[in-house]
Parts: sequence; structure tokens; C-alpha cells
Amino acid sequence: MPYPSSLQESLAKVVSTRERRLKEDFPRAGAAARDQLLKENHPDYRADTFATLRLGPNAGDKTPRELALLLEAAPLLDTAALNLASPDYDCDVLIIGGGGAGCAAALTADDSGSRVILATKLRLGDANTMMAQGGIQAADKPNDSPAIHYLDVVGGGHFANDPALVEALVTDAPEAIEWLEDLGVMFDKNPDGSMKTIHGGGTSRQRMHTSRDYTGAEIMRTLRDEVRSRERVTVLEFSPAVELLTDSTGAVTGAVLLNLNLHRHYVVRARTVIVATGGSGRLHYQGFPTSNHYGATGDGLVLAYRAGARLAFIDTMQYHPTGVAFPQQIVGQLVTEKVRSLGAQLLNAHGEQFIYPLETRDVVASAIIRECSRGNGVQTPVGGQGVWLDTPMIEIRRGQGAVKHELPAMVRQYARFDIDIAREPIIIYPTLHYQNGGVRIDPDCQTGIHGLFVAGEASGGVHGRNRLMGNSLLDVIVFGRRAGRTAANAARKQIREPELTLNHLDRWRRELESHGVTPAAKSPLILPDYTRRES
Amino acid sequence: MGERHLVPDSLTILQALEYAGYRLIRGVGCRGGFCGACATVYRTAGDYHLKFALACQTRVEPEMQLAMIPFYPGQRATYRLSELAGTPEEVLTLYPEMLRCYGCNTCTKSCPQDIDVLGYVSAIVRGDIRSAADISFDCIMCGLCVSRCPAELVKHNAALLCRRICGRGIAPRSPHLRQRVEEIGSGRFAADLAELRQASPEELKRRYNGRDIEPGD
Repeated sequence: MPYPSSLQESLAKVVSTRERRLKEDFPRAGAAARDQLLKENHPDYRADTFATLRLGPNAGDKTPRELALLLEAAPLLDTAALNLASPDYDCDVLIIGGGGAGCAAALTADDSGSRVILATKLRLGDANTMMAQGGIQAADKPNDSPAIHYLDVVGGGHFANDPALVEALVTDAPEAIEWLEDLGVMFDKNPDGSMKTIHGGGTSRQRMHTSRDYTGAEIMRTLRDEVRSRERVTVLEFSPAVELLTDSTGAVTGAVLLNLNLHRHYVVRARTVIVATGGSGRLHYQGFPTSNHYGATGDGLVLAYRAGARLAFIDTMQYHPTGVAFPQQIVGQLVTEKVRSLGAQLLNAHGEQFIYPLETRDVVASAIIRECSRGNGVQTPVGGQGVWLDTPMIEIRRGQGAVKHELPAMVRQYARFDIDIAREPIIIYPTLHYQNGGVRIDPDCQTGIHGLFVAGEASGGVHGRNRLMGNSLLDVIVFGRRAGRTAANAARKQIREPELTLNHLDRWRRELESHGVTPAAKSPLILPDYTRRES
Repeated sequence: MGERHLVPDSLTILQALEYAGYRLIRGVGCRGGFCGACATVYRTAGDYHLKFALACQTRVEPEMQLAMIPFYPGQRATYRLSELAGTPEEVLTLYPEMLRCYGCNTCTKSCPQDIDVLGYVSAIVRGDIRSAADISFDCIMCGLCVSRCPAELVKHNAALLCRRICGRGIAPRSPHLRQRVEEIGSGRFAADLAELRQASPEELKRRYNGRDIEPGD
């Protein structure tokens, strides 16, 4: 029996209310109620946890303190020992980041005939894409359309999204799914070949395409295999970028990589550079645990910012409503939204619903935080709190075996700690999940800095102030492909051999000085440090 | 890894290594059980059996001896999926060593995902790509099965090829998907989207709050 006696009373209430709740639909919140819930409870509204940037293109903008520290930091790179005169590598398109966006970009740039180098921090495919479970959206059913998808995206994003980016996202979506199928991604299907699709939080049509609950992993391992089968693409693993290179006009012309195993720097000269470095959950904003990959430290934002690129929506992060709150060993890890898509309800300690389970993520997370702050949360044995997610309802609604078939990763994750989620509910609490903003891009992934393109979670504008489930996997494919195409075209037009300088760092240091900023850190961070601190 | 460390018993193997002072570069990845970077072999006190786990998903035990295997050598066949017909013969031509399997089942015992590895290898050998894809679906390609295989098979790569063949061609394609891609190509939704793109926030809010929502299952 995995749940200690202190939780049994609450657990019994969950069981006793279940039959009634199976017929009970909690009403959706109205627009005003949603706004109030967010303002009073969402971590984005905790003003004391934000700092105002003092320099760079976003001077005056607010961002979480942890990110501000790195954006206003001194460069990690010791430039004295660097020889830019004879680059170690030369290519048309340098892609920084080996996740979904980076790999999609590599494939389309390679299709365009470019010589591609893909450099990545850890192994190829080590990225948040690999961990995405829930699904990927595309309006490809007869009762759906890109326009309906558009409305869901901007409503979820609080109408702040960049309209041109949303249009690109929803218009390219069906083709992105077809492209993935051509590459061999196995989507869940009905016997006649039609896609099995379900709802996600904030969707008005069932347009979530899934591969069990390994959707991201299935996409990532397929893209990775395809990249490996392209002979012209050079992959450099354990080689994060520590600085971009620029020419005398300020255009980006390459990057300096640091090989983490050999502790050596490598200079890459490129006609165009795509930053696809993903998010920053490992900065643990406001002390939240995170569902993110070990390497998600926001490096791309730092590098692009120093090179002069403008960021957007860096004051909003996504806290996924359902992170693990118990058992302690896996706190913060993701419990996929698909659990709620399949019919599981969220319950307080009294076994009662308090929010419609498929509101958008920011609203559900806020409701959970509120419920706990009102004293209606479940106290976990290690001093944390959370609410119940009633997973056995899936089995009741969809038949015996449904949980095992639809959620094998979740079943496995909990079974390792002796919890059978088909029979017992689980305890969850919001976890830091996604960087809503990033480098501002246009629909061709251009940044306003010549030679610099950005795609995926490192970009900002697509999702506004809140991303819907299933639009991130879509984002990395749609904009990864767009970035690969446009960066390859731009590289082709770049006849002159790129000039390599670090002039932008001199400019950066002067700016730090003129604003009287003494950097309190060096960046990029590259990896978090979880070694024990002596207390 | 041959050293003795005293750690709290509540930690995972990965957290315990970090507690001991390791700042890991290899042997760590997603930290959520999806990437296969932290494959680990271990033994516990008084038990001669080798055990297998993901370090990020497994709690430490007293007197546990362990080693991470962050990488294991293995060949990957050279192919372009788009140039394959997707037949069982092709899989066995690209990975002929699969026929060397003699059914010892050590692979299945070493899988931290509890996949029936022998089951999918057998499916490949008898030419059943669909079953191989289905059985191997939850594979995270950690390579522990490869490390233990006396027939030296790199089975996770062969399984990946089967899944890709299955996704591309064996499962029937979706007519509604093809149709929608064609409709978008012909510009059928361009006017609707242009209108939304130019709509005022108030108009968008009105439409969003009044939109009809398809019932769930």
C-alpha cells in the first residue's frame, strides 16, 4: 500500500464520491472568473519574483530574476585564448540545439542542399521534445479548420500572440503531421486509417494526435534517426554553443562551441545560424520543480540577446498543472494532460471537484494553487501539498485496460513506486514546464539580426502568454522546418566568406559598464548544479 | 561505481550520485524516464543477480553496487526510409544478424522498460513488422539489452526501423489528413485566417467566448 495512513481518510473520500462525480460536469469558468483566478494565483503575477532588465534590447522589461541574472551576466567565454582566424568547422547552416526544432531544421536545410552542422549540448535528441507526452495538434478533421484552431490558440494565449505566427502554426499543421508520417512516426489510428484524436485543455475540437503517451519520444527518435541517415549533416554532440560570432556589421556568422568532455573550444564559421536551444525550466523560477530536460537552461536567449536580438513574452512562464507531488523521488516530473483528456477529474482533499479539468493550463494551475492555499489541498508525507487526479475514472469510462494502453509511460513511472494508477488516484501540483516567450521571430523565423534565425521553445510570440497542450510539438516541427528552409535560402545568397569577430561582446561589456551593472554571474549556464551544497 | 557513499535513502540513484558530488555530463538526460541516458546496472547485498534500471526512476537501496552505462557501441544500418519498400526482407537485409538470435531471453530480463524484447526480435525474424513495432513501442533505446546480448544484436535499432516502416506505410494513411493538406494548398482557409488575423482583440474575445465546443468522448 503506497499511500501512508495520513492520506487514507482523504483517499476514502475520493473513492466514495466517484460514482456521483462520474455523472457530474464541473462548469467551465467564465472569462471574468478566469482572469481573476490568474491574477490572484498564477506565479506570473507574483511581482516580487521579477526583475527589470537594465540593458540590452529589452531594457525596461520585466523577467523572472533567475533569467535576468543570466541575461545581464558576463560572458562565460574567455576570449583571450580563442583563435578566430582558422575556424575548426565551416558550413552553410549551423544549427544550435538537437531537439525537435533543431532536427526538423537540419532536415529541411539538408533538403535544400545546404552543408549543415548541428551542435547540441548533450546527445542528439536530448531535449524537452523527447519528454512531451500528450500529443500534437492539427486541424485535419472535417469538423475542424485552421481558423477554429487559430481561435483556440489566441484565446489560450490571452489574445497577445503574434497573429502572423499563429497563422503559420495552424496553416502548416496538417502538412507537418503528414511530413512526420512520411518519416515514419506512428500516430494512434482507427482501423480505417483515420486519426484517433482527443481534446486538450482549451481546445474546441478533438484535434490532439497521439502516439500513446510517448508522442514526443516517438517524434524525436524518428527525427533523430532521419538526421543520422543524412550523410551531409554533421552532428556535434556534447558541444553547446557558449557564444555567437558576428561580423563587423553585426550579422551572426557562426558560434564558439565548448566540448564538455574534452573541455576544448571549437570555432564554427557559418553563413547562417539557427538557435533551437529550447527552454529554461532548469532555472527553477520561483523555486518551482520542473518537468524540463537537464539541459534546459535558456542558453539560446542569452546568446541571442548579447548579439542584439529582441526577446518577447519573457515575463510569462507555463506551470503545468499536473506535476508529480508524490512520491518524492519524482516530484516535479510531468503527469501528461492526456490523463485529463481521457476523463480524469481533479479533486481536493474532500474528494470534490474545484475546476473544469480541461481549462487552459494557466487557469488549471492557478485553481490548484488556490485550492491548496485555501487549505483544501492534500498534505503529502514529505511536507508538500497537492490535489488528487482521479486516474481510475479513465478505466471506468473507457473500459478495463484503457489506462495501460493509453498511458503506458505513466503506468510505468508510478508502478516503479508501487502505485497502480488504474486503481488508485495520484497526487499532483503545478510544475515549471514551458517558456512561453523567447527571441522574437517572424513567420520565417528571422530575428531582425542578419544571419540569425530562431525556432521552437527558444522563440517567442507564437503562444502569447500561455501555450495550449499539443502546440509545442507542433511549433517545433512547423517553425523548425521553416527555419531550416529560410536559413538555407539566406545562406545561399550569402556569397562572401563570413567574417568572424566577437565585436558584439566588446559592445556588451561597454554597455554593462555604462549602466553601472556589475554582473553577478557568468552565462550561458549550460547545466544546473545539483551537487550537494555544504550547509 | 566502485566507491562507497553515504546518502539519504529517499533519493533516486541519479540524485544520490549528485548528492555524493558528481556533476554529471554523461549518464543524465531528461531526468523523467524518457531518454535512456541513465541506464544503470546494479547488484544488491546478498543477491548474485544483475539488476537493471534507469537511474532517474529508481530509488537507492542499502549496499547497492552500481555502474552507469551511458553509451553502448552498436551499429546502425545505412538507409533512407523514403527509398525502402518496407518489406520484412529489407529489415533482415539491413540487420541480418537478427537471425543469430537463439532465444535466451536475456534481453527481456535486462529491459528497464519491461518490454518483451525477445518478443519483438522474434517478430522481426518471422517477418511481422507490425508486431515488432507494437511490442517495441515503449523502447527508450538505452542499450541495456544490447549490452547483455550473447548474439551481439543491436535490436533497438532494428526495432526503430520497423516502427518507421510501420508509421510510413503499413498502417493505412488518413484520407481526412490528405484532403485537408490539399484544401490548405488550394487556399481554402486563407480568407478566414486573414479575417481573424486582422480582427480586433474585442472581436476575437467575443468569438472565442462564444465558440462551440465539440463534446468529449
